[in-house]
Amino acid sequence: MTRKIDDTTRYERLRERYMNGGLDRRSFLGLLGAAGAAYGLVTPYRALAQSVSQVRFDGWGGVVSEALRANAFDPFTAKTGIEVVDGTFGGGDEYLSRVKASQPGEYNIAHLSGVFDYARYHGLGLTATLNEKNIPNLEFVIPKLVDVFRNITDGSLSCVPYDYGTTGLAYNRKYISDDEMKEKGAKILIDEAHKGKIGGWSDWRTRMWYASLQTGQDPNGVTDEEACWDAVRQHRDLALKYWGSGAELMSLLAEEEIHVTEGWSGRIYALQEQGHDIGYMDPPNGFGWQECMFVIKGLPLEACEELLNFMLDPATSIAVAEGQSYPPALDPQKVDLGEKIPKLPAFDPSGTLSGLTFADPDYWNGHEAAWSKTFGRVQKGY
Amino acid sequence: MSVEAREARQPWILLAPAISAVTLLLLVPLIFIVVYSFWLRTATGADQVGFYLDNWQEALTDRFYRDILFSTLRIAAITTVVCALMGYPAAYFIARSRGNKVILLLLLMLPFWISYIIRTMSWINILGVSGALNTLLMSVGIIGEPINMLYNETTVILGLVHFLLPFMVLNVFVSLDGIDTNLEDAANSLGATKWQSFIQVTLPLSLPGLAAGGLLCFVLGAGTYITPLVLGGPRDAMFANLVFEAIITQLNWPLGSALSLMLLVVLGALVMIYNRYLGMAQLMKGLG
Repeated sequence: MTRKIDDTTRYERLRERYMNGGLDRRSFLGLLGAAGAAYGLVTPYRALAQSVSQVRFDGWGGVVSEALRANAFDPFTAKTGIEVVDGTFGGGDEYLSRVKASQPGEYNIAHLSGVFDYARYHGLGLTATLNEKNIPNLEFVIPKLVDVFRNITDGSLSCVPYDYGTTGLAYNRKYISDDEMKEKGAKILIDEAHKGKIGGWSDWRTRMWYASLQTGQDPNGVTDEEACWDAVRQHRDLALKYWGSGAELMSLLAEEEIHVTEGWSGRIYALQEQGHDIGYMDPPNGFGWQECMFVIKGLPLEACEELLNFMLDPATSIAVAEGQSYPPALDPQKVDLGEKIPKLPAFDPSGTLSGLTFADPDYWNGHEAAWSKTFGRVQKGY
Repeated sequence: MSVEAREARQPWILLAPAISAVTLLLLVPLIFIVVYSFWLRTATGADQVGFYLDNWQEALTDRFYRDILFSTLRIAAITTVVCALMGYPAAYFIARSRGNKVILLLLLMLPFWISYIIRTMSWINILGVSGALNTLLMSVGIIGEPINMLYNETTVILGLVHFLLPFMVLNVFVSLDGIDTNLEDAANSLGATKWQSFIQVTLPLSLPGLAAGGLLCFVLGAGTYITPLVLGGPRDAMFANLVFEAIITQLNWPLGSALSLMLLVVLGALVMIYNRYLGMAQLMKGLG
């Protein structure tokens, strides 16, 4: 029978041999060095085998993170003893780059936006297969939101849908009337009359989506690409600033640096709640999106599933939705969503989401390499 | 082991931690970047391992990258000149002040205690439409409506000067502080005016410090991407922003690696030229 000894005992025995003269100094130091190197190589994988005491979550920061921390993570830790460490990112691209550079298991759950991101992660082999039996609250979610993810990962899921919203037009009512917005729609972003007071997200998808609307094309099937790029150029020349985060969007509008921009529905609602007279309008074919809690390949899967189920619990999900001002993915036909949520922008009481236009993941990911690069050039005056 | 052999090994033993750190944290990552620059990005964003010259061909032949590189060098050069013009008098004042040098140097170092990003963002509160300057100008009746002062090349340069000025002042100060003041007195006693003694004695002797400060300001300025991101408009990108976009937005690590190496080579060449004519000793003194 063999008896297991721990590393400390092993090092003590080694030191004893050296002190007794049974091992020369060179061999002793060599063995210590080799042990150190082996520990360095094994540590990332050893971490995966440890019992789970914490799960890492990455999201969009700001009011969204605050809502998740207060309504989901802290109660989850109190209930299970598993700590949720939360980080933030400015965009899905930036986060994907970080995940690509990480060790398996380093990042666990991410608040991803858009089905196209889910498809990109799947394309890079970063999806896991969730055991849905561990997430019974999934039954409360709008079926349409779940199905689009299943289609990408051959019927299985690596995420749970969590909320949805729109990227519509936000405008300062002190300078732009509701009537002007209705009349001009998406074209207000390329209106000379507002030169120097226009903003826009520095995201190539949003720029191309709105360029499609400005040129009267289907955002999920552009036929005249050059016309879109011209519209992007026109917007660039009239814009004061491309914003790069929700916080910057809110600051630019609140400080009246810009009068009109496209904006995220929840962030604009938050501005309205703060007392700013900011209008919000979804133009026809406005940019609808759904967000999910995505589990990145690598352990600890069960702990992640437990957290996801906790987050999808109607009480938690509604509290988070009220905090972050985005409607939850819960089906209003199955769950009573309370009083505040039906008033949120983009909310669909039918639970069919038929009024929203979502990005077709195949179409957008098919253009991702070329369009993100072209936008990088157009943005800089080309 | 002989005493000579032991003595010969000692410097290497002492240097081992530093050499290990430089090798692991600088050299090895640099080798990775060089290797990456010859790979390709596939349609999904994954990397295709191999030896391809496509990224280098694109980086070296595409006018877009050349133009942004020249624009970056121009902005860095303007920033360096402004830092020199503003930093020299400040350094001279500190070097020649009596008694309160330590306090003045401490004040100079004070901004380093605040995050660079926060310092950069502070300009939004100063120059913004509802910022301090517009509010002041409007309250005294100089302007009727707020002026758009932010998000252009000038604010980028302003942000860079704000960031880099202490580096210039410190380098010039070190140089001026090392000059024997008796030399100026000797020039004055020989009939030179204060201005003449400064131009013909002090300034030439302090040029190494000015050059060291200039090199630091130029290299750090040309490599920044936060300042144009925060204070620049849609068109005000610098070369490091292209590297950021290639790696983060486009997930094109191979092209990003080629671009970062391109910038490294250009700035490295400038450092080599500096070293060839002025040596690194002055720079080390300034940094120390």
